[in-house]
Amino acid sequence: MHLSTLAQLSTALESRQISSEELTRLYLERCKKFNDSLNCFITINEDSAMAQAKSADEQRAAGKGSALTGIPIAQKDIFCTNGIKTSCGSKMLDNFIAPYDATVIEKMNAAGIVNIGKTNMDEFAMGSSNETSFYGPVKNPWDKDYVPGGSSGGSASAVAARLSPAATGTDTGGSIRQPASLCGITGLKPTYGRVSRYGMVAFASSLDQGGPMTQTAEDAALMMNVIAGFDQRDSTSAEVPVDDYTAKLNDSIDGLKIGLPKEYFDEGLDSNIAKLIEDGIKELEKLGAVCKDIELPNTQLSIPAYYVVAPAECSSNLSRFDGVRYGYRCDNPEDLSDLYCRSRGEGFGKEVKRRIMIGAYVLSAGYYDAYYLKAQQVRHLIRDDFQNAFKEVDIIAGPTATGTAFKLNEKINDPVSMYLSDIYTVSVNLAGLPAMSVPAGFSNKLPVGMQLIGNYFEESKLLNIAHRYQQATDWHLQVPGGFE
Amino acid sequence: MEWETVIGLEIHAQLATRSKIFSGAATAYGAEPNTQACAVDLGLPGVLPVLNEQVVLMAIKFGLAIDAEIPERSIFARKNYFYPDLPKGYQISQFELPIVSRGNLEIELDDGTTKTVGVTRAHLEEDAGKSMHEGFGNMTGIDLNRAGTPLLEIVSEPDMRSAKEAVAYMKKIHSIVRYLEICDGNMQEGSFRCDANVSIRPKGQKEFGIRTELKNINSFRFVEQAINIEVERQIDIIEDGGTIVQETRLYDPNKNETRSMRSKEEANDYRYFPDPDLLPVQIEPELIEKIRSELPELPNAKKQRFITEFNLSDYDSAVLTAQKEMAAYFETCVAVAGGEAKLSANWISGELSAALNKDNKEITECPVSAEMLGGMIKRIKDDTISGKIAKQVFEAMWNGEGDADTIIEKKGLKQVTDSGAIEKLVDDVIANSPAQVAQYQAAPPDKQGKLIGYFVGQIMKQSQGKANPKQVNELLKEKLKA
Amino acid sequence: MSLDKSEVQKIAWLARLAIDEQDISTYSDELSKILGLVETMNSVDTDGISPIAHPLDLTARLRPDEVTETNQRDKFQQNAPVIEAGCYLVPKVIE
Repeated sequence: MHLSTLAQLSTALESRQISSEELTRLYLERCKKFNDSLNCFITINEDSAMAQAKSADEQRAAGKGSALTGIPIAQKDIFCTNGIKTSCGSKMLDNFIAPYDATVIEKMNAAGIVNIGKTNMDEFAMGSSNETSFYGPVKNPWDKDYVPGGSSGGSASAVAARLSPAATGTDTGGSIRQPASLCGITGLKPTYGRVSRYGMVAFASSLDQGGPMTQTAEDAALMMNVIAGFDQRDSTSAEVPVDDYTAKLNDSIDGLKIGLPKEYFDEGLDSNIAKLIEDGIKELEKLGAVCKDIELPNTQLSIPAYYVVAPAECSSNLSRFDGVRYGYRCDNPEDLSDLYCRSRGEGFGKEVKRRIMIGAYVLSAGYYDAYYLKAQQVRHLIRDDFQNAFKEVDIIAGPTATGTAFKLNEKINDPVSMYLSDIYTVSVNLAGLPAMSVPAGFSNKLPVGMQLIGNYFEESKLLNIAHRYQQATDWHLQVPGGFE
Repeated sequence: MEWETVIGLEIHAQLATRSKIFSGAATAYGAEPNTQACAVDLGLPGVLPVLNEQVVLMAIKFGLAIDAEIPERSIFARKNYFYPDLPKGYQISQFELPIVSRGNLEIELDDGTTKTVGVTRAHLEEDAGKSMHEGFGNMTGIDLNRAGTPLLEIVSEPDMRSAKEAVAYMKKIHSIVRYLEICDGNMQEGSFRCDANVSIRPKGQKEFGIRTELKNINSFRFVEQAINIEVERQIDIIEDGGTIVQETRLYDPNKNETRSMRSKEEANDYRYFPDPDLLPVQIEPELIEKIRSELPELPNAKKQRFITEFNLSDYDSAVLTAQKEMAAYFETCVAVAGGEAKLSANWISGELSAALNKDNKEITECPVSAEMLGGMIKRIKDDTISGKIAKQVFEAMWNGEGDADTIIEKKGLKQVTDSGAIEKLVDDVIANSPAQVAQYQAAPPDKQGKLIGYFVGQIMKQSQGKANPKQVNELLKEKLKA
Repeated sequence: MSLDKSEVQKIAWLARLAIDEQDISTYSDELSKILGLVETMNSVDTDGISPIAHPLDLTARLRPDEVTETNQRDKFQQNAPVIEAGCYLVPKVIE
């Protein structure tokens, strides 16, 4: 049962083959059994999950509920969950019990989804390896000496190990797609504004976007049907009609024009991965898609622009953590400055502090134009690159990450090399586009993801292509040894 | 050396909305600490701001009232600094592209002349909470009820040259925001407060001197005092060979001095940048035109109308139109009094204002309604009572004894106009005062006017003030002719 | 651009972050490297390109002026480190 997809579990619950209470207990047992070795959960919601399961069963018995009613799903610990600790992977919020639900959580609760636990993550979503978490690194279930990617590493690891049939993630510079790639699961970063950011602890407000991390594209569509949509509490949320994301999954992709950016296949890419992506694209061609070489000439600039914009926004977003109203407060502050400096100095980890300092620096008097403004101009160029490309092609395909999962501690002391590995994902966030990572094979027994990038609000098209691809391949059905 | 004072004001007007600028929490004043601070106001992790429509409309109203430009696009920025009453560690304000830019305002000076003061910009921002330094031992208590209250910050050009001009400007802005009903103007509650940038320079010099900023002055009187004392301080320093330090200073009304605020002295680097949680505000020309067409009559226009329509002096008109409620009171009073504008104006700016001042009441709390005052003035006009008796009637109305007619009736204050009765009074006095009569008749005509006062006084005494003075005078003159 | 120790201290103060003396040189190295990476964007000419603060060119949607929130002080203050009489406490602020 634990190898089932959301779609299969939905059928099983609908046909009373299993109850939500049974299902939830099954997954809770798996979480408890494997969490010591994988460390993918910060909190396992045993009691509240069972209560939600009971109520889901009652709903289904009364003929109510929707497709996902009664299915346990793990939530990245960045989403505020009323009455449940919401740590964001930080010592700063180790004692924080969120007093309200994020819109995404509210929508999931309304759909009768069981919140099984809160997943581990890089501290405040800043990291690509899940090693910056205050709660320790998450392990990759394919090989526990390797990182799961980040920042949604806990969610990716939990879904890959089938401790939860699906999870939420957030993606600011690749934080859904890169761990999905490194753990062999499916991840979708929706268009900026498609999923409400209300209640999602902010890292970089103009880049952050929540989305599903699942086994299949079909499951991602089922989750999008629950979480997507306009939210009046989020000013940046888009007032654009929401698709039924499952409706077009099986559409033909005959004649689909796929753009292959040459910048995504250059010397920076591992040759094994290049081969796997090319194979993946061939599968799409077999389904009728047509490929075209394109250029995204400013790709190289996306990393520097991103590492100005994201830290600038984060330095301001994280100023609220001051030890006054909630969160960590240092012992015996001498005066106000001491309260601020020590609470923040002790409450934040190194990577967060680095980014806050970079952000404060690039916004400070005398540097704003040279850094912040310049980066926002570069951002415009990057957006234009994509818009030019979408005049010629329907979607863009390429690798999600430059390599497979790397070893724990391999890059943690070299921030710049860690940042550079985000080269294929960050430009999508700067442009606000939707993108997916789908499993496309293995290199040295570690999963590799293929990235599909769509135009604004074309999640349905991405899911359709990914679904058709998954009908023709079985990479997404592979389960790491020991978790079958 | 003769010095010239240069003043620019930054006025913070709290916008009279029901809910806060970026959240649905109430803005009501005086609630228990932190009971009106919602998740957004507290800056809880994950919360987001959503702009209140009313604040935009109110800011546009103000902009149109001062002939300002309303740019098509306006953006919000974050002003980053740490302070315990600033929950997010940044204030959402406006930096580039404020909602109102470049307007101007005409102010009246004491000598009757007018002057135009430039308004550089007016921008929207959120207020901070309150720090309470007393009552928590060696700690400071933070109440965030006020956090997120909408403010319109109105920044003037450094166009004012004296404390009096600054006060006139501040009063004019106060009057406009109240006319527009976008701010209650309550200075005690901090709904209308001001910072003053003050510098001096030798008269004739073009360059500005180094300025100091006087923070948070919350009354018209204190603005004048604070500026004057600061100017004196600056002159003393410069004349002693010193230089002014650019800094923020606090005015202490108890000691009538300004002092440096050391905690704010440290050079701030606010790191303004566009707030990524908020999108640009697009203001359509149709909206601006709609608001313009709905603007109420503003103080200057009303003043001009009062001068022409009621034939009032410039001064009377300015006094009556400073407050919208006062102007409305006047107009109702005149209508009830059958068009007696001058008399109404005199009573309102005289007796009525004095009584309000004495009891520390606003015109809106006046126990004598405009209808009541107009009713009384009508009785002066139709000779039912004299102006002197009217003072008694007014006092009785103030004390809640009813309207003018009731009081006149009850107290028997009706003027005696019956010529027979008055003639009898005149005859009696003449008969009882032979010496005074002789003196009068012996006096040259230009002295008689003064001597007649004795007889008038006696008659008024006899009639308890009710005899019609005009009739008494006429009759006396006739009967005293030798 | 490389950041020397005093600049690191200045930024750390601006961001109110206490940094151990012995860590300053590490931060100085790391931040300088990051800025070096960032400055590679200077290779492109952006004259005349407008900066964009948001990925999509949307404009603000406004909220009606209605009070929608109720008092939740007790719940919110359960997360507060130090409170008294409904107020959040901080070391005395001298003005």
